[in-house]
Amino acid sequence: MYKKILLAVDGSDHSIQAAKDAVRLHDLIPESVIDVVFVADFEKSKYDILHSHDKEKLDLDRRKQLLPIEQLLTEHEVNHHYHLLHGKPGETIVSFQKKGQYEIIILGSSGLGALKEMVMGSVSKYVVKHASCPVLVIK
Amino acid sequence: MLDRLRQDYLSNIKGDILSGVVVALALIPESIAFSIIAGVDPMVGLYAAFIISIMTGVFGGRPGMISGATGAMALLMGPLIRDYGLDYLLAATILTGVIQYVFGALKIARLMKFIPRAVMIGFVNALAILIFTSQIPHFIGISNLTYIFVGVTLAIIYILPRFTTAVPAPLVAIIILTGIALFYNLDLNTVGDLGTISNTLPSFIIPNVPFTFETLTIIFPYAIALAIVGLLESLLTATIVDDLTDTDSNKNKESRGQGLANIVTGFFGGMAGCAMIGQSIINIKSGGRSRLSSVVAGVFLIFLVLVLSSLVVQIPMPILVGIMIMVSIGTFDWGTFKYLKKAPKSDALVMLVTVGIVVYTHDLSQGVIAGVVLSAILFVAKISVVHVEKSATNQGQLYQVKGQLFFASVDSFKNGFDYTLENQTIEIEFKNAHIWDDSAVFAIDQVILKLRQNQNTVMVKHLNEDSQALVDQLAVFDDPNAKLSAH
Repeated sequence: MYKKILLAVDGSDHSIQAAKDAVRLHDLIPESVIDVVFVADFEKSKYDILHSHDKEKLDLDRRKQLLPIEQLLTEHEVNHHYHLLHGKPGETIVSFQKKGQYEIIILGSSGLGALKEMVMGSVSKYVVKHASCPVLVIK
Repeated sequence: MLDRLRQDYLSNIKGDILSGVVVALALIPESIAFSIIAGVDPMVGLYAAFIISIMTGVFGGRPGMISGATGAMALLMGPLIRDYGLDYLLAATILTGVIQYVFGALKIARLMKFIPRAVMIGFVNALAILIFTSQIPHFIGISNLTYIFVGVTLAIIYILPRFTTAVPAPLVAIIILTGIALFYNLDLNTVGDLGTISNTLPSFIIPNVPFTFETLTIIFPYAIALAIVGLLESLLTATIVDDLTDTDSNKNKESRGQGLANIVTGFFGGMAGCAMIGQSIINIKSGGRSRLSSVVAGVFLIFLVLVLSSLVVQIPMPILVGIMIMVSIGTFDWGTFKYLKKAPKSDALVMLVTVGIVVYTHDLSQGVIAGVVLSAILFVAKISVVHVEKSATNQGQLYQVKGQLFFASVDSFKNGFDYTLENQTIEIEFKNAHIWDDSAVFAIDQVILKLRQNQNTVMVKHLNEDSQALVDQLAVFDDPNAKLSAH
């Protein structure tokens, strides 16, 4: 049960919280593997390209947002992998879950900032509605 | 070869056809509105969208990207159309294509790297502002009904997607509001008031201009500006599409494709165009990935225009104004305000100057060139300050030099020394400095000889290897009898 865990993150405090709970679940099921998914949002691509020097720098900036989570996971010696995906966050997470047959999705309830809260809230809503596995939304 | 074709066109048929249709529907109102900005018949923009999207689809370097008539290009054409007419625009369009093809062949896309991001941010913001201001004559002070139609269009565009994204919201606005305007026979300006729409396919024509040197001097400045702006926006869009699809693209091939597209467009009565950021994002979001998507967009667009031409002329202008305001809002980089606070002052200044010059001259290329030049000047100013730190040692004085020593920074270097010292041992340490040119070496000579005049012993330490080599070649200070006239 829950050997394949999908942890969807976006660099917000909520997603660090979600990572902590993913670690807890992993402690209960030591043979589980956590796949950390970060979705580079279509809507933000123009902003990202305009405000970064080049592709490599942009890739680095995106991965930097994952640092606290990486720290957390290595500290607890969790077996994990990263996936940097591109698309609309909700749909991309769900299709990745279905393709990889993950048994549970863990994600934060909302993302960065007040305005984006609405957007991210809609991501968790979408994932809950469309995923073919249990979804753990961390508040 | 066959595999390649299959990969390029048939790898994602369903997604590409669907997205092509969506893009075609979104392209029609924009192409008409951009034609009006340029001051030409709507057909000129529609033909351009038709031809350019197919040509760049087939010959471009970035599958999935949509090109057509654009605001950036339309804004540049105004004066040419006004003073010389359509034929000169078509000739300029062909020349634009030739220049872009040559740029592509010379692999000039690499130079994009040298355009600072402050300039690119200024570019999109200036474009957004100009698109907005170009709409003002079409809705300010015309009638209350005009304001209402603009407002309702914007409301539909921004509210409808919250409920459904199956149909493009601007299209819904056009259908509903044009229907209302026709049904109640409302008194609004329409597309038909500003030009004609014919239901004929474009045909080959050679622009009716005298083939003289004088013609060239008229169209060349426009063509070079169009070529630069077109490539700038196209390569920016290509980079965004690269990111959206997580794939790479051939920027030089894209430049050649843009060139070919503009050459053909010019011969078929279309205006110069380039890649469209907004439409390309719509295409990718709607599932478009391969070359097929932009080909479908072009074909479906011309099909719709041929079938619906009598209806298209009835579209009230305020709806197009609403759509252009949406394009303007979507083009503006809303991260700018955060950027202005966070970025270095010099970058923020470059961005603002770029915007200011474009808004003042109505010419995006001038803003970009000014922005690039200003960044270069600011960069030189920034690195032309050399820090000379003075400290006392057992034997005398130690000067530590930090920074880039070259023609622009020699003054701040020379001013860092105290020339009143006498009978001391003075060390000049270059560990954290780099000597770039003979002006720098000459300045070192000057300083040392001046210090020696007061019976000081001067020693130079820790030149890095490159700097030492340059000093060895050029310096005179090691010669105890040297006079400055040696240079």
